[in-house]
Amino acid sequence: MSTVSWITARGLFGRRRFLMLFPLPVVLVLLAVLSRSLGVDPGEWGPPVLVGLGLAVVLPVVALIVGTGVLGAEIDDGTVVHILTKPLPRWQIVLPKLAVATGVTAVTVAVPIYVAGVLAHSVRLGLALVVAACLGALAYSALFLALSLVTRRPVLLGLVYVLIWEGLLGNFVSGTKVLSIQQYVIALADRLAPTGLLETTVSVPVAAVMTALFSVGFTVLAIDRLRSFSVAGETS
Amino acid sequence: MTTTSPATVAGAPTVAASTLDLAGVSRWYGNVVAVNDVSMRLGPGVTGLLGPNGAGKTTLLHMMAGFLAPSRGTVALDGAPTWRNPEVYRRLGLVSEREAVHSFLTAYEFVLASAKLHRLPDPKGAARRAIALVEMEDAQNRRIGTYSKGMRQRTRVAAALVHDPQVLLLDEPFNGMDPRQRLHMMELLHRLGGAGRTILFSSHILEEVEQVSGTVQVMVAGRLAASGDFRTIRRLMTNRPHVFAVRSADDRALAVALMAEPSVTGVELGRTGLTVRAGDYGAFTRALPRIALAKGIRVQQLVPEDESLESVFSYLVEA
Repeated sequence: MSTVSWITARGLFGRRRFLMLFPLPVVLVLLAVLSRSLGVDPGEWGPPVLVGLGLAVVLPVVALIVGTGVLGAEIDDGTVVHILTKPLPRWQIVLPKLAVATGVTAVTVAVPIYVAGVLAHSVRLGLALVVAACLGALAYSALFLALSLVTRRPVLLGLVYVLIWEGLLGNFVSGTKVLSIQQYVIALADRLAPTGLLETTVSVPVAAVMTALFSVGFTVLAIDRLRSFSVAGETS
Repeated sequence: MTTTSPATVAGAPTVAASTLDLAGVSRWYGNVVAVNDVSMRLGPGVTGLLGPNGAGKTTLLHMMAGFLAPSRGTVALDGAPTWRNPEVYRRLGLVSEREAVHSFLTAYEFVLASAKLHRLPDPKGAARRAIALVEMEDAQNRRIGTYSKGMRQRTRVAAALVHDPQVLLLDEPFNGMDPRQRLHMMELLHRLGGAGRTILFSSHILEEVEQVSGTVQVMVAGRLAASGDFRTIRRLMTNRPHVFAVRSADDRALAVALMAEPSVTGVELGRTGLTVRAGDYGAFTRALPRIALAKGIRVQQLVPEDESLESVFSYLVEA
């Protein structure tokens, strides 16, 4: 583990906001277990729990908390200066942080989404959701990490993207789905395990290409912005 | 423009000298000019960057440290620009004003992480040496979150020094320190400057600068108002009155004689002696012995009353 990853992970787990990661995954598992134990038809509870809660809320919100935490929290409290005053090419700072954000998000979401997928349909659906969620974790993390460097309100902007763009506009304006990570994840999961529980209008090739574009594009943006990172003086 | 020469400290290891050059540096935010056309060259030794809050010290330090792009002009460390050039951090250390530390780490872990990020060949040894330099060995295995402000500041200095940089920039390093910690930090800066490092620290407290450094760069309202040895600066400002406390065998007679001297602008007779205002420092100090000798008056004491940095500074702010 690189020193940047180590400090990032210690910082992430050392802050109280880390505790915010757990309630949503627990609710996801509880709802799936409850629905299954009550004998409700998976066709009834599958889409709202797997997509409506798992992929539309748990994945992006966990990614938002972690993605804005790995760099944004250090920028907020000023500790980022300690890493930036080192003779490191900026990609050597961004990539380890992206890896930590993606890893923590993927692990946090993979377990509940796997359990929910297995209870709703099959192990295959569970695994498909895990793979797609991991790819989604990468794209979301790249987006939220870059947001930490382009705005002082990364959490707010991230919420606007998740709730307004993906959540609200996605239901009314079908064109917005082309720029929705949530739709890419659904498309990829459905391709890996076709069940009829997951539905999207985005094709698999578009989802694959756009996931890659989101991941690479926002990572490059983050590296470039970190090269020109300015510290505002408090007393000047 | 001034360079300082390093005072030699017996036994202190010397380092290769580095020079930080600022040429016509300005920085503005919209219509607000934070730093206005500042040029200076900093060489080995300790230099104080002095100015009131809002004078542009932090902005200038951030530009020196590569954390802010100059709107105009250049900032270069040994000829290499500091902006968008992480390589300068091999020779440069920064202790920023914000008391930001990873409070979940111990001092040793924090300094060791810095050493590793610098890719030093022996990070553990370097971390131990840096911690010893700031005398934090006893508390090095405690979490930084449990430290006093002074201990945190010393830990930050250790992290900034772990790679033995030739240049160390410190923004308000004495803020929040108690007198003992302040003295310790002053000694450390003296030692580092004496070993040939280029040390620049900012402060808005005059006595700090006066005690640590005879060389000052004075910023007022974004401009470099004065630069050099602060006593020399004071003397150069001949259009300002210099105040001297004079005691003699016959103060009244001396006061009468001094009033005839062109360099004297005023004399006040007090119970403990004379307070003499002189327009020209050199002319007055040359004239006084001559006048006293001519009048047969024995001068018992001559003290320049306003030689403190405080007075230099207030003159500059008023100017």
